Amino acid sequence: MSITPHKKADWSNALFVAPFLFFYLFLLIYPLLSGMVLSLFKADLFGGREFVGLENFGRLLRDDIFLQAVGNTFWFVLLTVPPLTVIPLILALLLNRTTRVAAFFRGVFFSSSVLSVTIVTLIWRMILMADGGFITNVRAMFGLPAIPFLSDPNLVMVSMAIITVWWCLGLPMMLYLSALQQVPKDIYEAAALDNSDWLRTLFSITLPSVSRTVILVAIFEVVLQFQLFGQPQLITQGGPNGASRPIVLFIFEVGFRRWDIGYAAAASQILFAIILIATVVQYFVTRKGSK
Amino acid sequence: MTPSQSKMLRNMAVLAVLIVLGLIMLVPLIWTVMLSLKSNGDLLRSTANAFHAPYTGENYTAILKNSQVLHWLMNSVIVSGLTTLGVLVLSSLAGYGFARLDFPGRDKLFLFVLFGLAIPEQAVIITRHQLFSALHLHNSFPGLILPGLAAPFGVFLMTQYFRAIPKELDEAALLDNASKFRVFWQVLLPLTIPAQATLGIFTFLSSWNDYWWPLISATRADMFTLTVGLASSQINFAQTSGLGYLMTQAVFASVPILIVYIIFQKYIVKAVSGAAVR
Repeated sequence: MSITPHKKADWSNALFVAPFLFFYLFLLIYPLLSGMVLSLFKADLFGGREFVGLENFGRLLRDDIFLQAVGNTFWFVLLTVPPLTVIPLILALLLNRTTRVAAFFRGVFFSSSVLSVTIVTLIWRMILMADGGFITNVRAMFGLPAIPFLSDPNLVMVSMAIITVWWCLGLPMMLYLSALQQVPKDIYEAAALDNSDWLRTLFSITLPSVSRTVILVAIFEVVLQFQLFGQPQLITQGGPNGASRPIVLFIFEVGFRRWDIGYAAAASQILFAIILIATVVQYFVTRKGSK
Repeated sequence: MTPSQSKMLRNMAVLAVLIVLGLIMLVPLIWTVMLSLKSNGDLLRSTANAFHAPYTGENYTAILKNSQVLHWLMNSVIVSGLTTLGVLVLSSLAGYGFARLDFPGRDKLFLFVLFGLAIPEQAVIITRHQLFSALHLHNSFPGLILPGLAAPFGVFLMTQYFRAIPKELDEAALLDNASKFRVFWQVLLPLTIPAQATLGIFTFLSSWNDYWWPLISATRADMFTLTVGLASSQINFAQTSGLGYLMTQAVFASVPILIVYIIFQKYIVKAVSGAAVR
C-alpha cells in the first residue's frame, strides 16, 4: 500500500463525487439535453411526435403572444434592474456603520427577501388592488379616486416592478455592504486629513472602490428578473390582454395548460440562451476582478 | 456651523431618510397584520374598517383548527428538511472528492459541474416533468425532493471550503493508515461546520420558498407545500369572502421563515451573498 494513497489518480476516488453526479446527470443535464432535442419536434402529451426541425422557433418568431411576452420581459428587466442596482447602493451607504440603529434597519430592508412569492403577492395585492386596497383607502381619505394599478395595461408591469423591487432589494444591499467593508480604512483617514468633504470622498474613494460590485449586482439582477413568473401568474394571470405575461409564464401556459410541449421546449431554449449569455458575462467580470 | 454641528445635522438627515424608507418597507407587512386581525364580515363591508377597532383573533384560532393548512406546513417541513439533508451529504462528499482526491478527468468534471450554475430551472422543466411522469413520481415526497439534489451550488461551495483547509491535517491522518472515508468523516468534516450551516440555511430557505417546481409537480391538495397551498387559496381571490382569513394564512406562512431568519441572520447573509458572487 502506498504511503499517500490520495496522491494517486485512482478511479475509486471518484466514488465520492459519484452520488452527486448521478443526480446532476439524471435530473439536470439529461432534461436539458432532451429539452433541446424536444424543441425540434412537434410533440404533445399523448406521445405524438413529429420531427419539424427549426419550425418551432420559426413559429415563435411569428407568434404575437410570444413576441409580446418577450417585449414584456425586457420592459420588466428595464424597470427593475436600475432601481435594484441603485437603491440598495444608497441604503448600503447609509447603513455602513456599526450602530444598533443601522443593524435594525439592515434587518428591516432584508426581511422581505426571505418571504416566498406567494406571500409577497398576497401582501401586495392588498396594497394595490383598486377595490379596497391600502392605496385606494388612503386616497379615499383625501377624496381622490382609485388608481387601477393591476387592470391598466400601461400600469400593470410598473406595479409588478414595484412589488419586485420591494421584494428583492435586500440581497444587493448586503452585497454592497460587504464590498464597502473591504475598502481599507486608512484611505478614509487620509481623506479626512486632507479635509476632503463627504461628497468628494464619496465620488473619489467610495464609489470607485465598489464599482465592480455595481456591475456584478446589475448582471445578477438581469439574470434573476428575466425569470419573472410568480408575481404576474398569481396576481393578474398575465392580464389584462397579456400586458403582464413574461416569457416564463408563456412557457408555463404552453407547456402545462395547452400541453404543446415541443413548442414550450423551444421557448425555454430561447430563455436559456439569454440567461447563459448574461451568466458568461458575469463569469468574466468576476474573474477579471479577483485576479 | 462647526464641523461637529454639520456632522450631527447630516446624521439626523440620514436617520430621517431611513425612517421614511423603512416605513415604505414595513407598511405592506403592517397592513397585512391589521387585515388578519379583522373579522371577515367587517372586511366584506369595507377594508377601510381595518384602520380602527374592533380587532379579533378569530382568524388565528380558525387557522389552528384548519387541518389542511397544518398539513401543508408539515409537507413544507418534510420537503425542505430532507432536501437540506440530502444536499449537505451529497455536497460534502463531492466537495471532498473534488478538493482533495485525484481521479482521471477530475478538473474537467468540476468545470462541467460549474456549468450547471448557468442552467435555469425553466430550461429543464418540460422534460423533467415528463421524466417524473414516466417514473410516477409526481404528487410524492421523492418527486418534490429529488430535483433540489441536482443543484451544483453546494458542491461548488463545499469544494472551495475543503480547499481552504490545510493539507497537513489529512496527510497526517493518512500516514496513520486511516481510510479516506475516515479522514473525511472524522478529521475534515467537523472543520466544515460553518460552511454546512451556511449551505444548510440557504438550501432550506430556497426549498421552503420554491414555487415553480411544486406548482407543476404537486397537483393534489394533500401534497401541496405551504407555498403552493397559499397560491391555491389565492387563485380564487375574486370569489373569496374570507379576506381576513386569507391574510392570516399569509402571516401564518411568514412566521416560521421569519423566525429562521432572525435566529440565523448572520449565516443567511453569508449564504445569499455567497450564492450571488459564486
